[in-house]
Amino acid sequence: MAVKLENANKSPVSGLRWWKEVGWKHIVALVMIAICVFPLLYVMSASFNPGGTLTGSIRLFEKVSLENYQTLLGSLFPRWMLHSFIVATATAVGTVLMAAAAAYAFSRFRFKGRRGSLTALLIIQMFPQMLAFVAIFLLLLTIGDIFPVLGIGSLLGLIAVYLGGALGANTFLMYGFFNTIPDDLDEAAKIDGATHAQIFWGMIMPLVTPILSVVGLLSFVGTYGEFILARIILARPENYTLAVGLYVWASDERNAPWSLFAAGAVVAAIPIILLFMYLQKYIVAGLTAGGVKG
Amino acid sequence: MSLDTKQAPPAPTKPPLSHARDLSRPGFYVKLVLMALVNAFGVYGIMASWAQGEYWVLAALAALLVVANYVYFSKRAIPAKYLLPGLAFLLVYQLYVMGNTAYVAFTNYGDGHNDAKGPAITQILKTSDRRVEGTPTHPVAVLEQNGQLGFAIVDDGVVKAGTAEQPLAEVAGAASDNNRVTEVPGATILPISEIQQRQADVLGLRVSVSDNPDDGWLRTDNGSTAYTAKSLLDYDEAADTFTNAEGKVYKADPKQGLYVAEDGSSLNPGWRVFVGTDNFTRMFTDSRLQGPFLSVMAWTFAFAILSVLTTFALGLALAVIFNDPRVKGRTFYRAMFILPYAFPGFLAALVWKGMLNRDFGIINNMLLGGADINWLGDGDLAKISILLVNLWLGFPYMFLICTGALQAIPGELTEAGVMDGAGPMRRFWSITLPLLMVSVAPLLIASFAFNFNNFSLIYMLTGGGPNYPGLPIIMGETDILISMVYSVAFESGVKQYGLASAMSIMIFFIVGFISWLGFRQTRKLEEIM
Repeated sequence: MAVKLENANKSPVSGLRWWKEVGWKHIVALVMIAICVFPLLYVMSASFNPGGTLTGSIRLFEKVSLENYQTLLGSLFPRWMLHSFIVATATAVGTVLMAAAAAYAFSRFRFKGRRGSLTALLIIQMFPQMLAFVAIFLLLLTIGDIFPVLGIGSLLGLIAVYLGGALGANTFLMYGFFNTIPDDLDEAAKIDGATHAQIFWGMIMPLVTPILSVVGLLSFVGTYGEFILARIILARPENYTLAVGLYVWASDERNAPWSLFAAGAVVAAIPIILLFMYLQKYIVAGLTAGGVKG
Repeated sequence: MSLDTKQAPPAPTKPPLSHARDLSRPGFYVKLVLMALVNAFGVYGIMASWAQGEYWVLAALAALLVVANYVYFSKRAIPAKYLLPGLAFLLVYQLYVMGNTAYVAFTNYGDGHNDAKGPAITQILKTSDRRVEGTPTHPVAVLEQNGQLGFAIVDDGVVKAGTAEQPLAEVAGAASDNNRVTEVPGATILPISEIQQRQADVLGLRVSVSDNPDDGWLRTDNGSTAYTAKSLLDYDEAADTFTNAEGKVYKADPKQGLYVAEDGSSLNPGWRVFVGTDNFTRMFTDSRLQGPFLSVMAWTFAFAILSVLTTFALGLALAVIFNDPRVKGRTFYRAMFILPYAFPGFLAALVWKGMLNRDFGIINNMLLGGADINWLGDGDLAKISILLVNLWLGFPYMFLICTGALQAIPGELTEAGVMDGAGPMRRFWSITLPLLMVSVAPLLIASFAFNFNNFSLIYMLTGGGPNYPGLPIIMGETDILISMVYSVAFESGVKQYGLASAMSIMIFFIVGFISWLGFRQTRKLEEIM
């Protein structure tokens, strides 16, 4: 986007004027980068510091060893990471499927109560599910008596709770996108004898893949970092996800396994950072669209 | 906010063939298997809730099951086929939960008021017990049967076993050795190590001797011997009163859900009753809570507003500065600026907590050369720290969206400004900013709503502390409303679900009202442009 303007620039500015107009911006950039990167460097340094509690960390990268990472392997950490991936993946897939199906229904069919349901969804999405955590806790106590796999302490129960928020937040984003796909395509497919299910799975879903991946990945990242519901529902350390487990490690000030926490934080952050770098332009587009539509 | 942005297409003249009718397609069999699973799950649930006496759950499950079968095996209701899965989850985990929050907000539900009146009476009788003089001590075995704890003893040569819900009864096929039960069919006898692990449960267990509560129950103080105990309280069903050994009478008070004596003392536990709007007014009328609560409320607003303003200001400034094609390496800079946003928020809060630690944190020790600044322990400093950390976390998002919005502003408008002789400042304030606000304002409102409930940042960074001393509810100077609700519900010693729910509802209305105001405002902005 910027290339054309750059070529259009007549002559490169030089000397004092360059500093006044452009050079200082590089200085601002360097300062900002230092601020952005410092905490990250600090975690990495702490994670390489063998046997360190908080006390050990006065200089960056004083000692470098992989001891913490080895300890990490023998701890509950791999289990938590696995749980986080299971919960986030299941929630993301479930959210995408359910929200896409709902958006398809709203976009392609005219039925009684359609406008009403859309308005209701709009209002419901203003109530963050998290606010009702007390009632969610009580609900899971009751459900647990009947279906132990969906009760307190169960990953499946947590996933089900997250899926409860799937429609509210994402249907609108998808609905807008579904509406941009012309109806003529559906009509043509119908004339060729396709059923509604074939149109949905075979034609619409491939066409809306971009929005599906954005919603899925945002939901993945959101679930990965969700804390309050996970903390309430996953009662025991063996069941924790990363957010809860690492919180417990980091706030254990007495025998603080701080360097262990740091190593865990590095491992836990890497997949998300990679995902973000890859996703940044979609995220902006998706968020802006969602914000304006909502 | 128009919901129906597009024209309704002509309704399909005849409903297309559904999978339900077409046996030749694999989709039909997939559906059949899924529905078989759903039905199996539902029927199992109905039976289980029957056994547990949860008739509301039973009714809800039955209704859902009927609807699901109708929707997926009927030729009509095509939109419902696509809506049902999402709606089912929405119904249970969002709508029901919202409704229940509203319901609980008007009750005194919480520790000491956990259950209905009947169980509360039994509980009062069982917790106020003493050993019956002159009864024998039995060697006891602690059992686990279907997840429930129980006792087994040898009484006159006969092995008897029971649980909290089932009185002692003779068991066939059990073995005993030297008056101690060694084997009970269908149950496991817990070894000492496990009894120690579940000490609280074992010590709290009462197994009725017979169906008549006046016969007393078995209890243990050590996990190896048990004795018969009876309640010191006498329950009079007709008058609905308890009388203790000294003749003090406790009367049922349906307003509080407690048995209260004339001198004001009461029995524990009470039961659940409606308390009207008490939970909503308590924070404003209780003289001890009033002050701290209003401070928490003020800080919640200050935190949310300042967070949005600071992150937006920094993000916008950076976006404007680097929206300049003459600056080389912008792609690299942008990738670096995004790092704090890409780093998972909960980890960032925890890392900053370590960095800001007063004694060992790297900020005091390295950057400030051994300063002794109590970043997170002093009320005002902790607030500043929270805002700074949130600025670090939040500015990249604002930078991203402002960059996007800036690039979408047509260049002619700025050029026209230049033609009319407007300087760069004037151009920014009169052209760029108003145009930018049109697309960014809704996101600012969303960001406000998010920060208003930014539980994990506060909870992980300061835990709400430093705490106000001497309150019945743990409240701290950096607590925002949602973290205070959490503390009321789970961390203040006595769990007060009713009060917590009432405050959730208040938060909902505040956030809802502000979002509504904001959206109205944005529509005005759009009209202006």
